Parts: sequence; structure tokens; C-alpha cells
Amino acid sequence: MFPTPIEKRSRGAQITYQALVPLALIMWLLPLIAVALFSIRPLADFTNGNYWGLPSSFEFFSNYGKVFLESDMPRYMLNSVLITVPTVIGAVALSCMTGFALGIYRFRGNLLIFFMFIAGNFVPFQILMVPVRDLTVSAGLYDTKLGLVLFHIAFQTGFCTLFMRNFIRALPFELIEAARVEGIAEWRIFWYIVLPLMKPAIAALSVLIFTFIWNDYFWAIVLTQGPDAQPVTAGITSFNSQFVAQYHLMSAGSIVAALPPVAMFFMMQRHFIAGLTLGAVK
Amino acid sequence: MATAHDDMSWIRRNRMTLTPLLFLAPGVLFFLAYVIIPILQSFNISLYDWDGLGQATYIGLDNYRELATDRAFEISLWNNVKWLVLYLLAIPAGLFIALFLNQTIVGIRLYKSLFFFPFVISQVVVGLVFSWFYLPREGLLNAVLGVVGLGPINVLGDPTLATYGIIAAGLWPQTAYCMILYLTGLNAVDPEQIEAGRLDGAKGWRMLWHVILPQLKPATFIAFVVTIIGALRSFDLISIMTNGGPFGSTRVLSFYMFEKALSEYGFRMGYGSAIAVVLFLIMLVFIGYFLWSMYQDEKAARH
Repeated sequence: MFPTPIEKRSRGAQITYQALVPLALIMWLLPLIAVALFSIRPLADFTNGNYWGLPSSFEFFSNYGKVFLESDMPRYMLNSVLITVPTVIGAVALSCMTGFALGIYRFRGNLLIFFMFIAGNFVPFQILMVPVRDLTVSAGLYDTKLGLVLFHIAFQTGFCTLFMRNFIRALPFELIEAARVEGIAEWRIFWYIVLPLMKPAIAALSVLIFTFIWNDYFWAIVLTQGPDAQPVTAGITSFNSQFVAQYHLMSAGSIVAALPPVAMFFMMQRHFIAGLTLGAVK
Repeated sequence: MATAHDDMSWIRRNRMTLTPLLFLAPGVLFFLAYVIIPILQSFNISLYDWDGLGQATYIGLDNYRELATDRAFEISLWNNVKWLVLYLLAIPAGLFIALFLNQTIVGIRLYKSLFFFPFVISQVVVGLVFSWFYLPREGLLNAVLGVVGLGPINVLGDPTLATYGIIAAGLWPQTAYCMILYLTGLNAVDPEQIEAGRLDGAKGWRMLWHVILPQLKPATFIAFVVTIIGALRSFDLISIMTNGGPFGSTRVLSFYMFEKALSEYGFRMGYGSAIAVVLFLIMLVFIGYFLWSMYQDEKAARH
């Protein structure tokens, strides 16, 4: 193991290290801790200039209550769910199929199609803005959740295909050959042999795509514009203009908006990290 | 009956071609319609003067000629270079934190997760968090600077500082990402090679440079790829933290393109597309390199 395990160092070094890690963590998360502290303060603290002293009262419930009861936040959150979940299902389903085709079969153009997916996935997606917005408007899907979902599915299919194809490549190919010798139809091989083995990949991609899509902001402001369809990342800006300069409420609002992917990460940590490392670093 | 049987056997005979074709079709069609064709369309639209609604007029390379003399474009391009270069700091920083945390003390798993935390929250929230952090009066940064007798500084209000302030905010989640890549990589480092290195008298920096880093090469490659892409995709933070200001000093190409094509500055789709094409060409250099490296791996994997 590198660096040298701390257990092999002197007692003093061990104690220093154990004190240093939490201290470093607090420094690292300082901007976030500041926001969390803001979100439980009363308005009076800000007007009195008491930003960092003890809060004059503990307003956790009233601040977060306001976020849920006196703003469009719940609608934006619901929109985010209704955009994110179908995208995850769509992108994972499509890429299971493309990954299977590219991972199992040898045919001309296999690598070319695979590289098309990778290259498309790498582009700074903003360059697609004008044509994709035009396409969405002319399909009558501007300012709808469906318009956003369709684009997200298509774009995420690039990344998901990269992941799925590499995952399938690493499966034992003898299984498929044995099935073919038995005369099992190709689609049955996919459904009964490959798909069950892909469960970890499906889990990893699902949490990862959930986070990516939940956190998307650019496409939300390009393809939607009101509380009917906008997800929470775009909604937070209108939320902030509703409560302008009321830092306690804006802080509470941001924390609420950030929470679902955080919860997802802590519940599915192992899968999440497997996905992030593209499965390449095992 | 005979034809039905022929159909069946035709399908059976060609099933090794038909199956991948059918499995690929939905994904490929979707991807073509929403990603590949729009890239080509951008090239086409950049040759027109078009407001997105009315008739488009063909103007040849006029949009590109205008770009060449556009001061705001020059600033955006220059800012993109700053993003690219400074964003790469996330890689050594991530490696540093990974080395720091690669121990087995009680609760280290939780510490690692909490260090990774900034990557999971959306860039919008990161942007908000940092713009409050930088606030001249209410912000924590100036509170801390005040304690040591410095400041106050208005990071986002100062045209010479604002871009760096935003990049620092961007480095926060990106460093966390690189850290997790390296932590996973360090797990896979071969202990026997470390032992062999120790016997040869290598330790500290020499061990890191000659034994550990070569084994972390796959992690470094992915860190490099995601950091370059992240730098060129920067948009959310700029939009949230400064909206391009002060005086347009924090614009990057993707943001300037958005402004030109879709905001109150007018709906100049052609001009926006021309900026998109420039951004794409910059990315193409990197995409070419990434694909080439992956192709080398593919070839190696086949033998």
C-alpha cells in the first residue's frame, strides 16, 4: 500500500494524522458548511449583520417550511423527478441493446459506430444548442418535459453505450458460445444470459445518469421556460429572485435542490463509483 | 407455407447480421438525430444570417469574418484557454488528496465519501454556494481574510479576478472527481512492486514517480479526459455566478454562444453556430487524441 500505512508509523504521527483528516475535511467543505449554517438562521441575523456569530434563534423548520409551502419548489422538484426517471430508464434500456450489439458481434463498422458514440459523448454539448432547440420547437415539444427527456436519452446513450459495451466485453464469452451451440435464439441469449449478468452495470449507470440529469442546468434553460416543465436546477433561479437577498431562504432552497442526488450517492455509493471510473479502473 | 419457411430460414441464416442491426437501430437513430446531425447542422447554420424564426439568408463566411474582429469573442476564447490550463490543476490536487486519504483508520470510508461530496451536488448549487462565499459583506471568504487582516475583496465584481474565482469554484468538484479516480487506482496498485521498490531503496517522491504513477496511468488518462471535457463545457457556474460579467470579462465560448443565439442580446442563430463550430474544432483536437489512445488499447486487447 502506498503511502506507507499510518499504523506502521510512530504513535505521534498516528495521532497527528487522525486529527488532521477531520480538520482538512472541514476546510474542504467550508463553503457548504457556511450555506448550511445560513439556512437555519432567522432573517433578523442578516439585517443585524450577525452572519457568523451564534444564531439568535434556530429557524430550521420555518425556513425549510417556507421553501416547501410558499414557493414553486415542490413543483420544480416533481418536474425534476419526472424528467430524470424516464431519462434513466430510456438511456439504460437503449444502451443495454447497443452495448450488447457492439460487445458481442463482430461486423464491419462495429468500432466505427462505437467511436461515433464516444466522440459524440465528448463534445461540449452546448454546440448542439441551436439545432436541438430548433428540432424541439418544430416537434412542438418546446417547454415540455418530454422534449427534455428525449434529448437527454439520446445524449446519455453515448456515455452509456461506452460503459455497457466495455462491461459486456469483459463477460466470459464462452457462455454465449455455449448457448449458440445449444441453438438458443440470439434475442434469448440477450434476455436470459447477458441481461442478468449486466445488473451491476445497470445499477451503476442508473445512479450516475440520475445525478447527471438531475444536475443538468443548460438544457433546462434552453428547452424549457416556466414552472410547468422546468426542473429544480433552473427553478432555483426564479426561487432566488422571489426571495432576493434573503440568504436564509435561498440557502435552504439550494440545499433542498441538491439533496436527491446526494441521497442517491450515499445509498448507492459502490455502484456510483464503479460508474464514474468507467469500469476501467478496477 | 414454402415461402414462410424460406423467410424463416433467411432470418436464421442472416441472424448474426440482423440481430446486431436491430439491437443498434433505436440507439443509433436517436443519437444521430439529436447529436451527430446537429453537429453537422451547426456547420451549415453558421453560414447563414438567421433569427431562428424567419427566412435564413446565406452570407457565406461573414459570421467568421465578424468573429475575427469581435473583441468579446477574443475574451471568451482567451478565458477558455485559462479554464483549460487551470482546470488541469484538479488532477495533481486530486492525486494529493487521494494519497492523503489512502489509509485505513476508523471512519476513513465516510471521510472519503464526504471529500467526494462536492462532485455530487449540481454545478448550479456549487455556483450559488461560491458566490455567497465570495460576497464582500456577508461572505465567509472575507470574514476569514478579515481575521488575518486582509481584504475585503470583491472577487466576482473585479474583472481581473472574476474568472479565476469561478475556476476555483469549478476546481472544487473536479478535484473531488479526480480524487475518487486515484483512490480507486491506488487500490489496484500491485503491492509486490511496492515491496520491490522498497528493497531497491525507493521511497517518498521517488517511489511515487517511478513505481506508483506508472501504475496509475489508466486513472490519469480518465482524469485528463473528464477534466478537459469539463473545462470546455463550463457554462453553469458562469451563468449562475456572474452571468458573463462584470463587463463581459468572464464569458467563455459556450456562454457567449448562448448569449448571442438565445438571450436578450438578440437571436443570432448563425453567429451563435459559428462560435459553436470554433468550440467544436478546439474539442476535435482532444477527441482525436482520446479516440486514438482508445484505438491503441482496442488493438492491444485483440491480440
